[in-house]
Amino acid sequence: MIEFFNRLFGRQSSGATAKERLRLVLMSDHLSLAPEMIDAMKRDLVDVISKYVEVDRDKIDVHFEHQDRALAMLANIPITGVSRNGASNGTNGTNGHYSNGHSPVHAEPAPSHAEPAASTEPGRGSESPNAGEVPSGDAQPVSGHAQPVAATELGTGSAPPSAAEISPAKPKPKPVTAKNAARPRRKRRKTQQ
Amino acid sequence: MHVLQTQDEQRVQSDAGAAALGRAIVITSGKGGVGKTTTTANLGTALARRGANVALIDADVGLRNLDIVLGLESRVKHHVLDVLEEQVSLEDALVRDKNSPTLYLLAAAQTREKDEVDTQKMIALVQTLRERFEYVLIDCPAGIERGFQNAVAGAQEAIVVCTPEVSAVRDVDRVVGLLGNRFTPQLVINRVRPQLVKKGKMLSVEDVNNILRLPLLGVIADEPDVIVSTNKGEPLALRTDSKTASAYHAIAARIAGDDVPAPTVEYKETFMDKLGAFFGGRR
Repeated sequence: MIEFFNRLFGRQSSGATAKERLRLVLMSDHLSLAPEMIDAMKRDLVDVISKYVEVDRDKIDVHFEHQDRALAMLANIPITGVSRNGASNGTNGTNGHYSNGHSPVHAEPAPSHAEPAASTEPGRGSESPNAGEVPSGDAQPVSGHAQPVAATELGTGSAPPSAAEISPAKPKPKPVTAKNAARPRRKRRKTQQ
Repeated sequence: MHVLQTQDEQRVQSDAGAAALGRAIVITSGKGGVGKTTTTANLGTALARRGANVALIDADVGLRNLDIVLGLESRVKHHVLDVLEEQVSLEDALVRDKNSPTLYLLAAAQTREKDEVDTQKMIALVQTLRERFEYVLIDCPAGIERGFQNAVAGAQEAIVVCTPEVSAVRDVDRVVGLLGNRFTPQLVINRVRPQLVKKGKMLSVEDVNNILRLPLLGVIADEPDVIVSTNKGEPLALRTDSKTASAYHAIAARIAGDDVPAPTVEYKETFMDKLGAFFGGRR
C-alpha cells in the first residue's frame, strides 16, 4: 500500500537505491574480471560487422560505462571500407551461424530492396532497424550501444533489451554512387555522441 | 615380521588420526568492520558450549583483537608467530578461555606484520590443531592480500560475514570469487536492522542473498547487546537470555550438522511506523 503510493509519487527508498547500485557495480566488477569473455565477444562482434564493412581490427575499442540506471557497452569500431559483398550475405537468417561473409554467389552489391540484416544479430530482441545499415565512405567510426547479454546472471538493467544497436556516429552525406543509390537510406538514425 | 607389524600399526593409527581430524573453518569477509572477529568469538563460544573442543586462531597479525573480544588480553603471553618460528610450543601459546573450558585461543602477533607469516607453516599449524580439536576457527584479517591468503590456506571450509551494505556485499562477492572452487562458503549476514529493512532503508536478507546466492547460515540483528558484550569481553553466546545469543547458538548448531532453521530477524511494524513512513517518505 505504502509502497504503491511511493511508486505513485516517484519516491524511491534508499534501500532500493542501494540494491540498484549494488547490482550495477557487481555487473561491472564481474565484467572486468572476465577479460577473456570480453575478448571473445569483441571477436564475435567484429566477425559479424566485417561481413558488411571492412573494419580496422587493431583499433577496436570496447568498454563499459554506467549510463543512468543501466550498464552500457560502448564499442568503437573504425570502418576502413565497405565490403564487396555487402549485406546480402547475412540475410539468410541462420541464427547464431556466422559465415565468413564472402559468398561466391553474390558478387554484386546488395539488391535495391534488401532489408537490413537484422537477422544476423547475436542475442535477443533482433528488432533493431539500424543493424547492418552502414554508411558508405572511408574510415567512419561506428559506435555500438548494447546491453551486456552474457555478462552476468544479474540481469540487465531497466533499459529495453536492445541487442547490438549499431548506428553511425556521424553520417556524412557522400556523393551518391551507383552502389549506394540502390540501397534504401533511412532517415531515422540514432546518433551516439 | 616385526617391522611389518609396526608399519601396519602405524598405518592404522594414522588412519584413525585422519578420520578424527577436526574441521578448519575460516571466517572472512573482505571488508573490515563487518564483525568477523565478533562472529568468530561467538561461534567458538557457542560450539564450545555444545561440548566441542574448539581452537580459535587470530590470523590478523599486527592487529590482534580476538583476545579482546574474548576478554583474554591479559592472559596472552605468546602468539601464533612464536609457534610458527618454533620459539615456544603450541601448548604454551594456546590460551584457555576463562568461560568455556574447551575453548582455546591462539593469539595473533601484535608487533609483527602479515608478510612474516610463512604460508606452508601456517597450513601445518592448522593441520596440527585439527588433530587435537574438533573445530579450528580462523579469524581472517580484512583485505585480500597475504594475510587473507595465509588465513585461508589451511582451511577446508569458509564462512563469509556480510552486512547489508553495498560495500560489504561487493567485497564478499570478490572474496567468494577469490576463494574459488575449493570452498563452498556459507553466509552470515550481520548487523541487520529489521526496522530499517521494513522501512525500505536497508538491504534485506533476501536482497543480499539474491545477489550473493550462498547457503545462508544465519542472520544476526544489530543489537546493543553485541556492543555491551564486546565492552565486557564476554561473548554474547555465553548467555541464554538474549535473542542474538540464540542466533549464534542456532548457527553453531547448523555448523555441527543439526537440522535447525537458519535464524532470521523479524520486526513487527507498528501503526506509527506506517504512519511515519507514509508522511515522512522512505528516503
